[in-house]
Amino acid sequence: MRRRLLLLLGTQKGGFILDGDETRRAWRVRGPLCEGWPLNHLTADPASGTLYAGGRSFWYGPAVFRSDDLGATWSHASEGLTYGEDGPKMKTVWNITPVGDALYAGVDPAGLFRSDDRGETWRHVEGLTNHPTRPTWEGGFGGLCLHSIVPHPTDPRRMWVAISAVGTFATEDGGATWEPRNSGVRADFLPDPFPVTGQCVHKLVMAPGMPDRLYQENHCGTYRSDDAGRTWISIEAGLPSTFGFPMVMHPHDPDTAFTVPLNGDDRGRFMPDGRAAVWRTADAGATWTDLRDGLPQRDAYLGVLREAMAIDRLDPFGIYFGTSTGQVFASADEGRTWREIASFLPPIHSVETLLVGG
Amino acid sequence: MALVRLPRSLVDLFPGLPRQAEMPDVGTVAEMIASLDARWPGLRDRLCDEGPALREHINVFVDGERAGLSARLRPGSMVIVLPAVAGG
Repeated sequence: MRRRLLLLLGTQKGGFILDGDETRRAWRVRGPLCEGWPLNHLTADPASGTLYAGGRSFWYGPAVFRSDDLGATWSHASEGLTYGEDGPKMKTVWNITPVGDALYAGVDPAGLFRSDDRGETWRHVEGLTNHPTRPTWEGGFGGLCLHSIVPHPTDPRRMWVAISAVGTFATEDGGATWEPRNSGVRADFLPDPFPVTGQCVHKLVMAPGMPDRLYQENHCGTYRSDDAGRTWISIEAGLPSTFGFPMVMHPHDPDTAFTVPLNGDDRGRFMPDGRAAVWRTADAGATWTDLRDGLPQRDAYLGVLREAMAIDRLDPFGIYFGTSTGQVFASADEGRTWREIASFLPPIHSVETLLVGG
Repeated sequence: MALVRLPRSLVDLFPGLPRQAEMPDVGTVAEMIASLDARWPGLRDRLCDEGPALREHINVFVDGERAGLSARLRPGSMVIVLPAVAGG
């Protein structure tokens, strides 16, 4: 019996699921889901198989959707997903990350919320937004969004989050207090290019098996930290630009990461020269290789957003990315060869995978 | 008793919520929404933000007049909840 493999897509016009199996040969599009709400993130708790989606309706505000039947039916809730009557209005949900039995949500305006009842009710993790730098936080083009939630794999007291145009923060006491961890990360758009906060991190990820090694794709370069984010080194040499959004890790190798450089923040934000490529390092950022076999190599002015790339956990593992013009590209051989598996979806904000029964 | 008419896009979010409902206790628009929220938890959050106020792109009309949360209903009032027009 082949295991089902689901590609979960959050798009500007609802959620979509590409239904496939572990052969990764054929995919069937299912959707739109979640009533066509714009979704920033559609993801799954791999332990339970529960699907979660976060976003915002133009009319009905922000909410988190949940499905216990692989997307056939959905409920939604947003109780507690608020800064209160005296706080800023909640705009949208950017990221949902299951951590053990809990669920975390990153939102705009930037903040972290936690649910202990599978998304029915939420409470604000106030320690982060009580940080003394909070009055200086200012959003970028994508808003003031908390988009990356990185839990420590074994220590529940430790977690990292990343906020656009603010930077990376870490807690080591379960969220009570947080500290900025941006040393060495450039903010080329500020008078001081190395401030304490203000860095525009686009995506933060952790190396498998090495919890103190983090990588980040940034508005101003690509970086690695080997000390839990306390200091960062640039690993952008060898990439075609210093601008990109997504970054994903190899499932087992802490030296291998993938990103999609775009041509620049003020040059259209598409793949350089209209030639599509995913870039891989296999030596922790010392060198980079472009992977483009099967990807369009002319007139392909594609963009890939921060959450729109993912891997599966098969062997060899697969890589998937969705574009801001609605295509999904897939590799079933760790990035060596690619093919287009969906062509006409709405702008894709997020891509995740779920291996059912796996 | 007042009558409230709800948009399809809202009804689709709450199983069993009808497009049109009779509200036996007339009060304010806020009380009407609270009454619906008691039966369909979470409905208030879809229509109101932290203000508390009606969400920016939700329009409520009472007997043909644009209304806020504090507007009073009368016996026989017709309340219409409409999402604002939007492009894209």
